[in-house]
Amino acid sequence: MYVAVKGGEAAIANAHRLLADRRRGDRSLPAIGIDQIVAQLALAVDRVMAEASLYDRTLAALAVRQSRGDMIEAIFLLRAYRTTLPRFGYSKPVDTARMKIERRVSATYKDLPGGQLLGPTFDYTHRLLDPSLLTDEAVEEPTLRDAETGRVMRVSEILAQEGLIEGDGEMPEDHEIGDLTREPMEFPMTRDLRLQALARGDEGFLLALGYSTQRGYGRNHPFTGEIRIGEVEVEFDVPELGFAVSLGTIQVTECQMVNQFKGSSKAPPQFTRGYGLVFGQSERKAMSMSLVDRALRAEELGEDITAPAQDEEFVISHADNVQSTGFVEHLKLPHYVDFQAELDLVRRMRNEFEANRIGGDDTIKEAAE
Amino acid sequence: MSLKTEVPKNDVLAGGFAEPVFHAQSVFKLMMDAMARPGTIQTVAPDALPPAPLGVASGAIALTLCDHDMPVWLSSGLAKSAVPQWLGFHTGAPVTPEKAEARFAFVEAGTPVSSFGLFAAGTQEYPDRSTTVVIELADIEGGRKLALMGPGIKTVTDIAPLGLPDTFLRLWTENRALFPRGIDIVLTSGSRFICLPRTTKITATEM
Amino acid sequence: MTDLASYNFAYLDEQTKRMIRRAILKAIAIPGYQVPFASREMPMPYGWGTGGVQVTASIVGPDDVLKVIDQGADDTTNAVSIRAFFQKVASVAVTTHTKDATIIQTRHRIPEEKLAANQVLVYQVPIPEPLRFLEPRETETRKMHALEEYGLMHVKLYEDIAHNGRISKTYAYPVKVAGRYVMDPSPTPKFDNPKMHMSDALQLFGAGREKRIYAVPPYTEVVSLDFDDYPFEIQRFGKPCALCGAEEVYLDEVILDDKGGRMFVCSDTDHCEDRRAHGHAGEMLAPNQEAAE
Repeated sequence: MYVAVKGGEAAIANAHRLLADRRRGDRSLPAIGIDQIVAQLALAVDRVMAEASLYDRTLAALAVRQSRGDMIEAIFLLRAYRTTLPRFGYSKPVDTARMKIERRVSATYKDLPGGQLLGPTFDYTHRLLDPSLLTDEAVEEPTLRDAETGRVMRVSEILAQEGLIEGDGEMPEDHEIGDLTREPMEFPMTRDLRLQALARGDEGFLLALGYSTQRGYGRNHPFTGEIRIGEVEVEFDVPELGFAVSLGTIQVTECQMVNQFKGSSKAPPQFTRGYGLVFGQSERKAMSMSLVDRALRAEELGEDITAPAQDEEFVISHADNVQSTGFVEHLKLPHYVDFQAELDLVRRMRNEFEANRIGGDDTIKEAAE
Repeated sequence: MSLKTEVPKNDVLAGGFAEPVFHAQSVFKLMMDAMARPGTIQTVAPDALPPAPLGVASGAIALTLCDHDMPVWLSSGLAKSAVPQWLGFHTGAPVTPEKAEARFAFVEAGTPVSSFGLFAAGTQEYPDRSTTVVIELADIEGGRKLALMGPGIKTVTDIAPLGLPDTFLRLWTENRALFPRGIDIVLTSGSRFICLPRTTKITATEM
Repeated sequence: MTDLASYNFAYLDEQTKRMIRRAILKAIAIPGYQVPFASREMPMPYGWGTGGVQVTASIVGPDDVLKVIDQGADDTTNAVSIRAFFQKVASVAVTTHTKDATIIQTRHRIPEEKLAANQVLVYQVPIPEPLRFLEPRETETRKMHALEEYGLMHVKLYEDIAHNGRISKTYAYPVKVAGRYVMDPSPTPKFDNPKMHMSDALQLFGAGREKRIYAVPPYTEVVSLDFDDYPFEIQRFGKPCALCGAEEVYLDEVILDDKGGRMFVCSDTDHCEDRRAHGHAGEMLAPNQEAAE
């Protein structure tokens, strides 16, 4: 005899215990330490900070551990935590020209003031699995030099000296910088809000869109003007004191793309720009972001909108992986009430189809007799 | 109503909710019920004590719903009193002289109202971006009987607020013509209030 | 390290509650119109009820009694999870009895029990825009609502009739509210649509991921879209509930064995339990009833 299934609460409690057990795994192995994750899985931590929009390495590492290494789950954890934090205000814009640079490369010039500084990059490694990493072999000390401090000129400034590149992103005089987290999204969007959305956008999604522009879906002839990675100071204006207070430094990755030049009968041609800025070390994301930023400026720059990467509502509505994973995965929730409604309809329609078919057969039979 | 040039400190710093979280919730619940059932009289338990001439219900509504994202317009007597500082201290709400910028407007009792038109009525695409106008009256009952119909009202609800501006019915009809745009109104008197969302049809039942 | 585990009453900070409360009031003043709001990330994923949770969190008080259902049942996993969330962050009293609740948060069903004036029904909404699958752009659909231009919807319903002989929408069936806005009732089966019309209770709708709140005040006209020659019809089930014998209620299909054995039972578990507690029995529970009579 059918007994209505109860026990959802018990099932959930047990599932949580099983999860905790699996997360810890083999008890004879040492537990992964948060400091180990911060130190040795730094790029995972950086991605979580970037897409959660919260700069805190320890908490990001906690999220990575809690999520068993599922990046988007970790991002969700940290983003949800961010929502609970009190807000004091907005910092001054960070001055990336004053960055304490660890890595700085440019594809547009062979050499330039500040130099090409490779930093800790995978770029020229041979992608051969390294068996020495199977064990804890000693690692050599690196060669270090004094940090680049003070102002390191940007590539965009070099081009700007000859008037070759458009200005550094202008908003109308009275424009108040929007805040994506405080207002509901509205289209069309201004560039400041778009960049906020892209900064926290899913790396994979933006990577694919950036790639698509290179393959002709809204091509904008990008050159990497500059990528720089390093520490910048975060300053906060305190009205009562009358001056800005430094809150410390954060690591960011900045990418300036130099793109398709644009001119008209009234204005001589200049290169246009795409911009990317991310927490931590995340070049792929910063580069992808700058490609998509430039693509989304199509309307502003009088270009035809022909490709997905140029479609603002499409790109921005689907860039946030916390939203997309939530909705995709919600399909796991019970939908049997709605499914029942569909079942009912389809059965009805099939019955009608059968009835008509049989009726049709009878007609043929009669005609044959 | 007295004009204050020197603002006594305790007028501004005092009179907020003793328990902001729970008092805001209970006042909001009254507002929600009042908007959902136009014409029903709600009574605020007098916890908020705003400076004169802002009434208890109006003050409670301000504490519950206003903050630094919501510019507030005040009629002249309110604007000259301790109310702007009280609002600033307890809610962070900026006071604006522009009716069209205000999301909340507080009108003290007896102020003649020539038009609602200067307040924000929202846009056709975003009719929610309109001002909620809170009008203090001499009394919530005892005036001319008005019949209310529309969403939230099963058949008809009667109200009889005392001290409505003479122009009120005409202005309300003009407001209704803007639907879905339009302002929404809260009529207050002391610690009692009635809500009139823009969907409510008002007719005078006696001449 | 900050105290990770201390939260405001009902989780949301007061500024967020104020923002949502303002949106709710405007939603009530413009029945069926979708008010944009700055949805917050909640501790459950977008798509899993964050809109409903934010609305409930903004209205709930210490004196409320909360019921949470999903597919009509109190015991489905997500309903259990959300109920536990509110017990944890609001210490609110909870119930499975519809009659005893002051706030009912629901996914995909309206309770069979007629709601009362002291109750608020909070719907979880995945896609608030009824025109979304006809027109993916928000910029366009907002204009359509602004101009009351719902031709696209009528064409789609008409095409259904041309292709399938009937309007083939069985859930999330669009309605016109107070004669003005076309609204998506959320993926409730069309069976439930009539319950929305002239209800004694306030109905609030929250879409967290899509960042919209809308409302149907009590005693408001809610009319399902149809044509004169193809009038709106609700689903009908061939048999009553196998457990409690209820008719005129929405039933779930339960597969009993791998030979196609199936039975139909009330989707609204509280309604079913209540009936059984009062002695009603369906064929599964009283197979000898007829024989005895």
